[in-house]
Amino acid sequence: MRSAVKLERVLQYSQAYNFYQWVFKRHAPEPGVVFLTQRRVYILPTRHGLSFGVVLILMLTGSINYNLSLGYVLTFLLAGLGIVSILHTFRNLVHLYVSAGRVSPVFAGDLAHFQIVFENRSDFERYSLDLVCGAARTRIDIPAHRHWTAELAVKAEKRGWLQLARVTVDTRFPLGVMRAWSYVQPDMRALVYPRPDTAPLPVPEADSDTGDAVSTSVGTDDFAGLRPYQPSDSPRHIAWKASARSEVLLTKFFAGRASSELCFDWDQLPPGMHVEARLSRLARWVMLAEERGLRYGLKLSGTTIPLGEGFPHRERCLRELALFHG
Amino acid sequence: MADAKATEALPPPPLTLLVVGSALAVGSHVQWLPIWFSVAAATLLSWRAVVAVRGGSLPPRWLLVTLTLATAVGVYLSYRTIMGRDAGVTLLVMLLFLKLLETRAPRDAFVVAFLVYFVALANFFYSQSIPIAALMLLTVTVATTALVGFSAPRRTVSEDLKTAGRMLAQAGPVMLLLFFLFPRVQGPLWGLPQDAYTGVTGLSETMSPGTISALSLSDAIAFRVKFAAETPPRNRLYWRGPVMTDFDGQTWRVGLPQLRREAGNDAFGAPIDYEVTLEPHNRSWMFALEMPMRIPQSARMTRDYLPISLTPIRTRIRYEMRSSPEFQARGGANPGDLAAALRLPRGVDPRARALALEWRESLPDDAAIVQRAIDFYRSSRFEYTLEPPRLGEHSVDEFLFDTKQGFCEHFASSFVFLMRAAGVPARIVTGYQGGDTNPVDGYMVVRQADAHAWAEVWLESRGWVRVDPTAAAIPVRVELGITAAAPLGAPLLMRGGLDWLKGLRNNWDALTNQWNQWVLGYNPDRQLEMLSRLGMKQPSWETMTLMLFWSVGGVMLLVALSLLRGIRREDAVQRAWQRFCGKLARAGLARASTEGPLDYAGRVSLRLPASGTAVRAITALYVEQRYGPAADGESLARLKRLVRDFAP
Repeated sequence: MRSAVKLERVLQYSQAYNFYQWVFKRHAPEPGVVFLTQRRVYILPTRHGLSFGVVLILMLTGSINYNLSLGYVLTFLLAGLGIVSILHTFRNLVHLYVSAGRVSPVFAGDLAHFQIVFENRSDFERYSLDLVCGAARTRIDIPAHRHWTAELAVKAEKRGWLQLARVTVDTRFPLGVMRAWSYVQPDMRALVYPRPDTAPLPVPEADSDTGDAVSTSVGTDDFAGLRPYQPSDSPRHIAWKASARSEVLLTKFFAGRASSELCFDWDQLPPGMHVEARLSRLARWVMLAEERGLRYGLKLSGTTIPLGEGFPHRERCLRELALFHG
Repeated sequence: MADAKATEALPPPPLTLLVVGSALAVGSHVQWLPIWFSVAAATLLSWRAVVAVRGGSLPPRWLLVTLTLATAVGVYLSYRTIMGRDAGVTLLVMLLFLKLLETRAPRDAFVVAFLVYFVALANFFYSQSIPIAALMLLTVTVATTALVGFSAPRRTVSEDLKTAGRMLAQAGPVMLLLFFLFPRVQGPLWGLPQDAYTGVTGLSETMSPGTISALSLSDAIAFRVKFAAETPPRNRLYWRGPVMTDFDGQTWRVGLPQLRREAGNDAFGAPIDYEVTLEPHNRSWMFALEMPMRIPQSARMTRDYLPISLTPIRTRIRYEMRSSPEFQARGGANPGDLAAALRLPRGVDPRARALALEWRESLPDDAAIVQRAIDFYRSSRFEYTLEPPRLGEHSVDEFLFDTKQGFCEHFASSFVFLMRAAGVPARIVTGYQGGDTNPVDGYMVVRQADAHAWAEVWLESRGWVRVDPTAAAIPVRVELGITAAAPLGAPLLMRGGLDWLKGLRNNWDALTNQWNQWVLGYNPDRQLEMLSRLGMKQPSWETMTLMLFWSVGGVMLLVALSLLRGIRREDAVQRAWQRFCGKLARAGLARASTEGPLDYAGRVSLRLPASGTAVRAITALYVEQRYGPAADGESLARLKRLVRDFAP
């Protein structure tokens, strides 16, 4: 047992282990604070670095051919510059502390904004760090002795948990001829709610006493007045023109938000409807109901959320929908 | 992704720097670039600068293509080739400017920066002086600052400059190591273009005294000399150059060099050892004091006692010589040479011929004739001037009897004519006379203005004997130098007065000399010399590469240490604590990730009552240093010691 632990430690601290992980993409999310040790930072010349090398070789050839002593001096100075830039680029990335930050739930199809916290305990600033995760990319500078939050906007495709994929942190500072990079995968995930559908469908209305769901048509065009914006309000109902004149955002509210109580029941949806379509529909109802200040509940196969209202209630319902397993 | 990068806008400050860098790199080329090209280049550069600073549009592609073609045609028309060195550099400069004009993305900026480096190198084709080196260092700094700016657009230019300067300073030691240790190869690797060596000055292969109406003296340095012992007096400093035997009435010419085969029966006196650093002059002559006794291995001696190199001297070379001012050069002449040294064109200069014949008839032997001629020069009131009147067909007659004004060429030419007319074999020797010792570094500097011509006559008993008719007529030329003989014609800095200026120039010359000796003159030979001084005889290139590798590695290590100084790893307290936890984990008591240190210690001491005291002590120390007010180094040392000794 002891030797097995030792072997594991040796492997962890060897480049071979990193290489193995890299080749077989055996990377798992890392909880806690990740420290970018020397062994985690890779460095190779960029394309410009290779052209720089070619330029140097040409310059050296010219110097030899014409016996230019100063040509040698210039070529070797630039070669030294290239070599030194390896260290500078490496230093710009190594020994950073990376940890997971916040990420708010989003609807499927929207961008989940993952916040990744970098800590620079060194005495010097880190410049132009590029974070890339799939199509998401951002660039940050981290001042000395500071925490800095980078935000990666990752497209949330599917409902459920969206685990942050492996993020490549790379830098070409200062000359752009070398590229140092490292992979981090902070253990963080975003909750992705089903995307509310947009079909022009009514909200089912239920008498909570009887449990019978009755569909009444509550038109959203039944404008009744304006009230200050709340975070749960649909952007579609923001009264942009009125808000422009006022100092706060205003939301239109509509007639029909009488004190009805709704229960959204999975089983009431048409039998032929697809699971995801049902979830979308339910999500939309939840959104609409919350928007209008109704009391509502949710009934899924196996779970029932009692009537309630307000932002936490809405989040609870949406979470249930997001994590629904048929 | 790549597209996103390509269309990324360029930040203006580094772009402006790049324009400035290009201007600096090209600036010193302007003196030889065609004027139309310089004007066009300046226009393009200003255009780019304005766009970089104020915004606006760059020229469209069709215009760039047209400009490229037009310039290429212009270069061809100017140089009649596009292959030579000058044409090549012109094209390179054009490429730089046109690339600058279509620089829209970082990718282009890299190309421009690399072109700037290349054009900077091209400067050294024309000059490798200290000022040019300084200018190019500035250029490289500016271009590098621009590169830094492109990779970190949010920084200020002064920050970029600091980074670039720091990197260049760190690259310095690497550069020195590479410069001294990189295995040197003697170029060229392939044939050089025809125009590679234009514009070097030096002695000429012909001499036409009557046709020059104003001799302009250059203070360019011909060579530098370091004497092993004491410096000979000025009137013995005859630096022998090409010998001229053929005369057509107007012009003296150098014959084809013929190597000496026979050792001869020359006799030499006390030797003088010295080292010459010769500036390139594109001919094969290697100057030496009269008479060279021992010449370098690579040189050959001609029948005229002139050491020559086997190839034209196109780079500064250094060689050691031994000469003897007391000599009897009897072995050097064969009948052919003596016959050539008597040949005269027919029908010119009757008066001189008549005078010579008169001497021949009235005097007993050659030596007496020579002496009579010297007396003639001494007593005839000649005037030394650098602006002599032009002479006609009978140039020798006119000089000797009418104008009586001239410089060394007139004297030497007329003297040799007289000797030949009198039947004494004679020839002209050109070279340098004199030289000034720089008090700063003790090197003697011989300049182009010290060029001189004198005569040599063949006397049966003594061989070739030097006769300097200029010295006979105008002693001051040889005693004090050209500046004393012709104060107005001499280059400004060679004249009298201006002592502070001369002091300045002496210092500068000494600096330039060190530069030449150690930087520009560092060639394969000198590298071997230096390495053998370091204790390596005949090092192979493998050894040198290995040495280079390790020494550069060492420098990099030092740079890395200095760079990573500001990096803070996990602190020592945390490390000690983790080591402690690791020991316990191996004993099967791993800390749970949610467990605080005190809870953990409690659990551990329950399981391991024997080491409970140590566990509690360690934990207390850890908690105190981690969470308490600033701890001292002593408790850290105690923590470390306890952890080290801890054994669960």
